Amino acid sequence: MTQTLTLAKALNAGLRRAMADDPTVMLLGEDIGRLGGVYRVTDGLQEQFGPRRVVDTPLAESGILGTAVGLAYRGYRPVVEIQFDGFVYVAFDQIVSQLAKMHKRTEGAVTLPVTIRIPVAGGIGAAEHHSESPEAYFAHTAGLRVVSVANPQDAATVLRQAIACDDPVVFFEPKRRYHLKGEVDPDVDLTLAEPMDAARVVAPGDDVTLVTFGSLVGTALDAAVAASDEGISVEVIDLRSLSPIDHARVEASVRRTGRLVVVHEGPRHVGLGAEIAATITERCFEFLEAAPVRVTGHDVPYPPARLESHQVPDLDRILDGVDRVLGRVAVPAGSTTGSTTGSTTGVGA
Amino acid sequence: MPDTMGDAPREDLPQAGATTVRETSTNETTQEQTDTAVRLVDAKGVRHPDPELDRWLTDVDAGTDEADATLLRLYSDMVTARRLDTEATALQRQGELALWPPLLGQEAAQVGSARAMRGDDFVFSSYREHAVALVRGVTPAQLTPVWRGVTASGWDPYTVGMATPQVIIGAQTLHAVGYGLGVLADAERDPGSVGDDGTAAVVTYFGDGAISQGDVSEALVFAATWSVPVIFFCQNNQWAISEPVRLQSPVALADRAAGFGMPGVQVDGNDVLAVLAVTRAALHRARTGGGPTLIEAVTYRMGPHTTADDPTRYRDAEEVASWADRDPIERFGAWLRTRGTLDDEAERRVREEADAVAAELRAGCIATEDPPALQVFENVYATPHAALDAERDTYAAYLATLVADAADAGTHGGAR
Ligand SMILES: Cc1ncc(C[n+]2csc(CCOP(=O)(O)OP(=O)(O)O)c2C)c(N)n1
Ligand SMILES: [Mg+2]
Repeated sequence: MTQTLTLAKALNAGLRRAMADDPTVMLLGEDIGRLGGVYRVTDGLQEQFGPRRVVDTPLAESGILGTAVGLAYRGYRPVVEIQFDGFVYVAFDQIVSQLAKMHKRTEGAVTLPVTIRIPVAGGIGAAEHHSESPEAYFAHTAGLRVVSVANPQDAATVLRQAIACDDPVVFFEPKRRYHLKGEVDPDVDLTLAEPMDAARVVAPGDDVTLVTFGSLVGTALDAAVAASDEGISVEVIDLRSLSPIDHARVEASVRRTGRLVVVHEGPRHVGLGAEIAATITERCFEFLEAAPVRVTGHDVPYPPARLESHQVPDLDRILDGVDRVLGRVAVPAGSTTGSTTGSTTGVGA
Repeated sequence: MPDTMGDAPREDLPQAGATTVRETSTNETTQEQTDTAVRLVDAKGVRHPDPELDRWLTDVDAGTDEADATLLRLYSDMVTARRLDTEATALQRQGELALWPPLLGQEAAQVGSARAMRGDDFVFSSYREHAVALVRGVTPAQLTPVWRGVTASGWDPYTVGMATPQVIIGAQTLHAVGYGLGVLADAERDPGSVGDDGTAAVVTYFGDGAISQGDVSEALVFAATWSVPVIFFCQNNQWAISEPVRLQSPVALADRAAGFGMPGVQVDGNDVLAVLAVTRAALHRARTGGGPTLIEAVTYRMGPHTTADDPTRYRDAEEVASWADRDPIERFGAWLRTRGTLDDEAERRVREEADAVAAELRAGCIATEDPPALQVFENVYATPHAALDAERDTYAAYLATLVADAADAGTHGGAR
């Protein structure tokens, strides 16, 4: 049954449904029990399912992940909450060396269906370590699947898919969109749902393919509307899965538009944009009318709140990227060959 | 590397439960704690009664045929482990194994603890626990593939109740806690599944170096907090490659337990009987809701860290010799002879059995073929992954061109 839910409530509904469906689903994290998580995503779940299934852990992320590995070893399906993006690094070894590699290490004897929920990205005026976009680290790691949701319905459905998946999944939640509302059916039949690793065209268009995910999908859609006012037709693709990447969907679009802009909050260097631009160039070079353009966070530590508007690509920077891929703006002197944007002066917005 | 702990005295280190460290100025490098650790059979092979621990050994003290068989089993397990270890070291020297981490000297710690377990218990070890693996039922031929470099595991963890070797120092202790938490959750979901002798338990093995890892501390915290049925079995073999244990801790490792809120026991790790008793006691407590225990088995790594190591660069021959005097197999054998459990005939049978296992290990090792190239793409994911399948197909096509090239050139080589 469909209801209007915020993205955070949709996650809660997805968790509730997953726990009801499968008694081996257990939640682990800091402050997820009585408090319901700092973003209330697990609100009421401990009450409903008990403290054995919704477990407040000691304050140690490597401990949480290592415990999840052991639980999965025993046949459980743990869902871990990392309180904020910047706190996942202390669990890096357990994710990268243990969780990601155990299935391979044991020649398939052990499967570890662990889901790691991470509130991600900036734009909320937070303190240091609360606004990061670490997706590239995990997308770079074989054995992990990485997904990023952008709307309430996906929040519920993709989370259930991630939990049901026998591979470990890093599940990114765009924290500044937690309050985004939408119509949600938390009980959709997963056998009929779109696969978790499929990208989705969220706005059709003919002139430019704009690829993004998570927190910036909404901004990209706004950019497409603004561009259309100027007669530019932008196709927006919500990547949804960051590993694997649905290159085929992007390629099909670029073969029509001939122009690719990739947008993400994470730093540009060795970011998702580099992978997508390279792959699309390899796969359909002859269809490209212009070099792919990346609009990304700068290659700097995430700045303090008063400067974060310069880090997170906004409507103007995305439109600037669209203009550049169309050859509509001169590249400022001294900048690299048009593949980056440091400018916040866009046109047309 | 500067030794920030200074030359802390080994003899004077406090035992489990003590709270102070006395300063002296000797040049000892290793912890000579065995003089006060829990011990039942001393280095001369003399059995000392211990009312507290002997309760856990009524079966082996019974003087029955079964008791003798159990004692002989412990003995032959240790002899076999050492024989197998020697064989594997030789195989490395002969180029059949890339590397081998010898267990020489640690047989009692491993066999005594492993023989204390039940079939439904589970082990998370590091990389040196070959004797534990043997006792759990890993075959000799399954022990070498990891070290030959043909796989990262070697056996199915679920068929023997033991995870495959862990190379990241300390990581496995957390897996043990999670597994143990799962045991508790199972018991709560299905109370009828728990017998009179309690739940299954988990034993995790790690070294004196590992005690410094954050994961180990986190595991101790989590296990204590949730009263998880886990035994933290630390083999203090005095060395972490070239670093002496005093670099890891100014206090006895077992002493740490108190701060985490669990019992800590320091046992003579070269006394198989004491290790058996102490582990049985800890397992019983774990099974019946008493929570985790930290056991420090004080022993010595008689060989190199691995076959690639040269221990003469960092430790003295005298130190090694002093530990040779406390050999776990000789001491236990001497005691078995005084009590009439072991005679020349039994000794001969034990050695023959060990030789047979070593031969099995050698044959299995040498017969192991390199896996096919495309195996690198297998089991990366448990569910279908189109992108990786495509990557594999591309590489397969490339490999096929090499075969075609080689055929053209009439060679078997892959180089173009
Ligand atoms: C996280 C990590 N750091 C470093 C190493 C390299 N390393 C392998 S074994 C070892 C020493 C371990 O000593 P200890 O825990 O005492 O175990 P032992 O080898 O004596 O059995 C080191 C430093 C590693 N494998 N993992
Ligand atoms: Mg050691």
